[in-house]
Amino acid sequence: MKRIITLTVNNRPGVLNRITNLFSKRNYNIESITVGHSEQEGVSRITCVVNVENDKIIEQITKQLNKQIDVLKVTDITDQAMVSRELALIKVLATPATRSEIYSLIEPFRASIIDVGRETLVIQITGESDKIEAFIELIRPYGIKELARTGTTAFLRGNQRLASQTKNISIL
Amino acid sequence: MLQETAFTGNMKADSKPLSGSELLLRALQEEQVEVIFGYPGGAVLPIYDEIYHSNIPHVLPRHEQGGIHAAEGYARVTGKPGVVIVTSGPGATNIVTGLADAMMDSLPLVVFTGQVATNVIGTDAFQEADILGITTPITKYNYQVRNIEDIPRIVKEAFYIAKSGRPGPVLIDLPKNIATGTAHVSGTADIHLPGYQPTTKPNYLQIRKLTEAVSRAKKPVILAGAGILHAKATEELKQYAEQQRIPVVHTLLGLGGFPAYHELFVGMAGMHGCYAANMALYEADLLINIGARFDDRLTGNLDRFAPKAVVAHVDIDPAEIGKNVPTKIPVVADAKEALKELIAQNGEKPQTDAWLETIQTWKTEYPLSYDNDGSMLKPQKVIEMLYEKTNGEATVVTDVGQHQMWAAQFYKFKNAHKWVTSGGLGTMGFGLPASVGASIADRDSTVLCITGDGSFQMCSQELAVIKELNLPIKIIILNNTALGMVRQWQELFYEERYSHSKIPVQPSFEKLAGAYGIKGYTVNSEEEAERVLNEALSHRDPVLIDFRIDPGENVYPMVAPGKGLNEMAGVKKR
Ligand SMILES: Cc1ncc(C[n+]2csc(CCOP(=O)(O)OP(=O)(O)O)c2C)c(N)n1
Repeated sequence: MKRIITLTVNNRPGVLNRITNLFSKRNYNIESITVGHSEQEGVSRITCVVNVENDKIIEQITKQLNKQIDVLKVTDITDQAMVSRELALIKVLATPATRSEIYSLIEPFRASIIDVGRETLVIQITGESDKIEAFIELIRPYGIKELARTGTTAFLRGNQRLASQTKNISIL
Repeated sequence: MLQETAFTGNMKADSKPLSGSELLLRALQEEQVEVIFGYPGGAVLPIYDEIYHSNIPHVLPRHEQGGIHAAEGYARVTGKPGVVIVTSGPGATNIVTGLADAMMDSLPLVVFTGQVATNVIGTDAFQEADILGITTPITKYNYQVRNIEDIPRIVKEAFYIAKSGRPGPVLIDLPKNIATGTAHVSGTADIHLPGYQPTTKPNYLQIRKLTEAVSRAKKPVILAGAGILHAKATEELKQYAEQQRIPVVHTLLGLGGFPAYHELFVGMAGMHGCYAANMALYEADLLINIGARFDDRLTGNLDRFAPKAVVAHVDIDPAEIGKNVPTKIPVVADAKEALKELIAQNGEKPQTDAWLETIQTWKTEYPLSYDNDGSMLKPQKVIEMLYEKTNGEATVVTDVGQHQMWAAQFYKFKNAHKWVTSGGLGTMGFGLPASVGASIADRDSTVLCITGDGSFQMCSQELAVIKELNLPIKIIILNNTALGMVRQWQELFYEERYSHSKIPVQPSFEKLAGAYGIKGYTVNSEEEAERVLNEALSHRDPVLIDFRIDPGENVYPMVAPGKGLNEMAGVKKR
């Protein structure tokens, strides 16, 4: 199952190394990881998407992350009300014959063309990962030359559901 | 990506500027460091020049690995961080094994590595190694100092991190120009670690739950690990066990946390644990783990571990709880704090008479034993003699292998902080240098360094330090001309194919000791052992004794890999 974990960490050298090490040491696979500044100076936000077999593993990951000196907060937000977004850039072959067809696919997905070449188009799309995957599958038959995805970044919505519905794995 | 420095010392423009090395030594002084284990080299020359003027004692091992193991021995006995200084590149990579060992066994260390100057970092400069990258997975935390002004804060944080919470090694990488450069800094630094707040006080509800579970239990058992020793909670453990009349089982690293002669003591559990201890864990209906991490050498096959028990786990590291064994009652706390609370509850005592009787029967009917027809010297006999002649009061340091298990089985510890062994990593070569640190940590105590002919040869150069400091270390080599533990596994699981586990070509250990100016002996029989041990233990000089033991002796009982604790091989009825 796919889990989305967000972390706030001290923006110090080596932090990312320590965190990714922790995953590789325990043989957990990171599907994607995004890092950037947060609203607070000196604090970065990391969004980690992992694929795990069971709850026990995610509990162990969360605890191990929490243990790191530079990690300020760890939250598994998968089951909470959240917003998650990913951006993808797709360079696709576009002949005069297929160009308009591609344009017609872009619109319903609210993607946009950000570069036009003689034989290719570069499409930018943002959204939840599922949407991006669906779009890539639609575009694939035209011939994808290059694809770059940022990985998911996410945080909680302003309003949460009842506390009882959220998952609590803290044992303190 | 440098965080804004949290250094709060007031800058005094008029005061004399201090060099990084001076700041470092001042910081060590502030932490009341009693001894530095270090080895000089190019990148740390400025620090060594400062050490030259300092009054902090410095011990020079003959290999950096020896230095860090000595610091581990010191940390294990005192509970204080062991301090190590080594140069960049090879000096730094030579301490990697010790860091991994300390990480596994939760030993507090503060390790300084020299580094090339900041302007050449990343250029493969002479003796450059990416020691932060190398040591990230095997340190609790590591730093590279980038501003001279940060030294007081970083050192202070490093000591705090190393010894608080679950202890562990912290490394500080010091580029040479940081050590030589100067800054106007005075006053003290404050630590700034917003992401690090170890929980020490137990949650009251969990304590209540545990107290209730105890009162209902018929077959409770306490599994006491090294967490008891780190927390200095031996008194509380004894008080609690006596109050509730609960039997106590130790892990390998926990030995000494509960007195071996106590009527409630069952013994050591695990792969080479005694019958009664393993059966107590297997049959228990309530297992109270205090400060142990359910290592696989302790649990055996997890599917068959403590099948009938409700599991409670007291640990300062929340990540250990539920990691290997499903846990019903989690208590995140310092062992001492948790035990104090449990004692204060003074809960209704469980009816354990029948259970204690069962355990007593196991103990008397299936004691640790070995065959001894007197034809060859038995290693277990040597340990028994050592135990008797030192009254169970010596500091016992071991290497890794069969001798380590025999020492754990047959030396009965009266006191805490007298047992130094490499458990989690199982590092051969640990023993001799660790005994240097253990001896410096507790100068009055006689130190028995119980080692094997294989392990001893991995760090034998430290004989020089033992001679130099004339430490009261009695080196006991249980010599079976083999990598005995490997040989045992090959005998049992590989149809006696002894692939590279026999080492018949050896130096004369007696003469080797002599070459270092240490008195050496070779012992072939019990009579000789008697005489030589009496002589060796009658004074405080170091000695080395090469005991030629039965080369075919195996360690039993044994829980073979994949078996449950109740499936011990080699158990004999009295
Ligand atoms: C550094 C290291 N290398 C290899 C091993 C694997 N190993 C475990 S026990 C052992 C044999 C130890 O031989 P010795 O020190 O003579 O002790 P004995 O078992 O004979 O008592 C070996 C090779 C280890 N634990 N540590």
